[in-house]
Amino acid sequence: MMGKGGSHWFLALAPLVMVLGLLAPGGWMDSALGFALALIGVIAAALLIARPKYGEHVLGLIALGCGGVAVLVALARQDAPGLEAPGIWIFLAGWVLLLWGRLVALARLDAGRLVALIAPGLFGVALLYLWQVFVVGFGVPQVLLPAPSQVGHVLGTRMDVLWPDFLQTAKAVLAGFVAGCAWGFVVAVLADRIPFLKRGLLPLCGLISAVPIVGIAPIMVMWFGFDWQSKAAVVVVVTFFPMLVNTLAGLAAADAMARDLMHSYAASYFQTLVKLRLPTALPFIFNALKINSTLALIAAIVAEFFGSPILGLGFRISAEVARLNVDVVWAAIAIAALCGSMFYGAIAAMERVCTFWHPSYRS
Amino acid sequence: MTTETLALPVRMPRLAGARDRVVPVAVILLVALVAWYALAIWLNAPQIQDQALRDNRTLTFSELAQASWAMERPVLPAPHQIAENFYETVFATPIDSRRSLVYHAGVTVSATLLGFLMGSLLGIALAIGIVHLRVLDRSLLPWVIASQTIPILAIAPMIVVVLGNIGLDGVLPKAIISMYLCFFPVTIGMVKGLRSPDPLQLDLMRTYSASQAQLFAKLRWPSSVDFLFASLKVAIATSLIGAIVGELPTGAQAGLGARLLSGSYYGQTVQIWSALVMAALVGVVLVFAVEAVERLARAQRGGR
Repeated sequence: MMGKGGSHWFLALAPLVMVLGLLAPGGWMDSALGFALALIGVIAAALLIARPKYGEHVLGLIALGCGGVAVLVALARQDAPGLEAPGIWIFLAGWVLLLWGRLVALARLDAGRLVALIAPGLFGVALLYLWQVFVVGFGVPQVLLPAPSQVGHVLGTRMDVLWPDFLQTAKAVLAGFVAGCAWGFVVAVLADRIPFLKRGLLPLCGLISAVPIVGIAPIMVMWFGFDWQSKAAVVVVVTFFPMLVNTLAGLAAADAMARDLMHSYAASYFQTLVKLRLPTALPFIFNALKINSTLALIAAIVAEFFGSPILGLGFRISAEVARLNVDVVWAAIAIAALCGSMFYGAIAAMERVCTFWHPSYRS
Repeated sequence: MTTETLALPVRMPRLAGARDRVVPVAVILLVALVAWYALAIWLNAPQIQDQALRDNRTLTFSELAQASWAMERPVLPAPHQIAENFYETVFATPIDSRRSLVYHAGVTVSATLLGFLMGSLLGIALAIGIVHLRVLDRSLLPWVIASQTIPILAIAPMIVVVLGNIGLDGVLPKAIISMYLCFFPVTIGMVKGLRSPDPLQLDLMRTYSASQAQLFAKLRWPSSVDFLFASLKVAIATSLIGAIVGELPTGAQAGLGARLLSGSYYGQTVQIWSALVMAALVGVVLVFAVEAVERLARAQRGGR
């Protein structure tokens, strides 16, 4: 980690490199706006060296914002200059140093959950921005890698195609997820009740975790047809085993003392199950739900590669890849990523509510 | 977000007694086998009966059962049909032939292993960075986690096509997909492992005035080995999935994924099933191989 003295030296490096970039040929003079913004960015970055007591982070944001936009404006005036405009890339290197400094400063903050989201948020936005700048600056062909702005454009204009795709896939994911998790749970409770079943199932589950289950997709498509039912079937099989294994482990997690206590209360099997063992198993069950939320989406999309009606995110991806419309593919992936994260986030939020007593959530 | 709240597969509890394990497993396998044969009759019989109706014949049950276990393109092939096809394509075909399942498995395994190697190295490197630099912990770790809520496999066809466009084909594109899938469990496991030494041990190292590098080499790394192998086992299984899916959408000529795809195009169910059996076998063997290395590593450290 950076010491306090080293950090001053580091903070000074960023504006220095940025100034170097402004001096090198980079087509800065073509646009008064770009040059002005770049200057503001450099000045703000230079002011940061003094480590102002108030408004340090606002100043940092101004420096990053103005510097970043300046590069975009300068690039907009030229046609993919690449290495012919070294100034821009030197400036950008300074900008990255500045970004690193800001992230270090943000990481030092010890504040609430909301502030803890700012650093990764900034990091993500910066990644998108750098992607955009490199694609535009070096004129990367759209077939190889579309710029984020192009993907955003597709997301804005082609929603009429992508929305039904999303609904089709979501139907399969949700139906399969609910059925698979429910089955896994029921079988786990049964296996827990019947030790013979448990002893037979556990080693097999261990083997199956090493098996690429998505491979059953073509068979399910043959059995259940092209529509969403076949995808849901794949999702059921894929989500079943993690749920089974985790629930079994969770049911075994209640400690002996607590069980003895229930025994001394003369609690029946069902009372012990409902009042002690299932609540203790909840963290494990949520673990399985989280694993399954991503598995389900993947399984549904992969199953759609094997044949589907002319709908579905997986179908869209494989069809548009074949036609080299890579921007549509990325848009479909962005949608899948977004709802995958939201699905996961929803389960994580539910977990916080249901297992508020768990040590990992106590402050 | 702390690493405690992360979704990682749980370890299976070890069950005592070899006989206690073998009997239940055998019984369940037997039940599954019987159910399979029954299911094969139930699923395949309608086709057979249609045929019989057209020929104006009535079939006894045993005729029906035998016919439904010997169809050329059954809805569900009987286990012995799969075994037969498996034997033919594995042992009765020369290994370098395109019809040999060993050849296809070899193609997939080479991509799996390359991707596993790259992914594990990337995962370990990221974990070392995250443990030592607070900035990375704060800003990169959330993205490492978020990257897994993205259905990465959806990108598989695109990565293969894109890399094919710039002249990269063969093993590497598939390996990159495997890498993307398997770096995550390694990163998460290693972050946990490198942070597992307790404060007392860290303090002891400080009283020895150990440098960061010494602290890493003598304390953090050795205490993370168990975590490393636990995540490597998960990683190699996901790596195999990545390689297989990477072969799907691109019209790849070789590999288990290509075998699945061509089987589904031509309705060759027996071929699909024997490819699946091969994939399962390969998965189990790979995980066992990692386990064997783990046992070696433990033996070297005095079997702790």
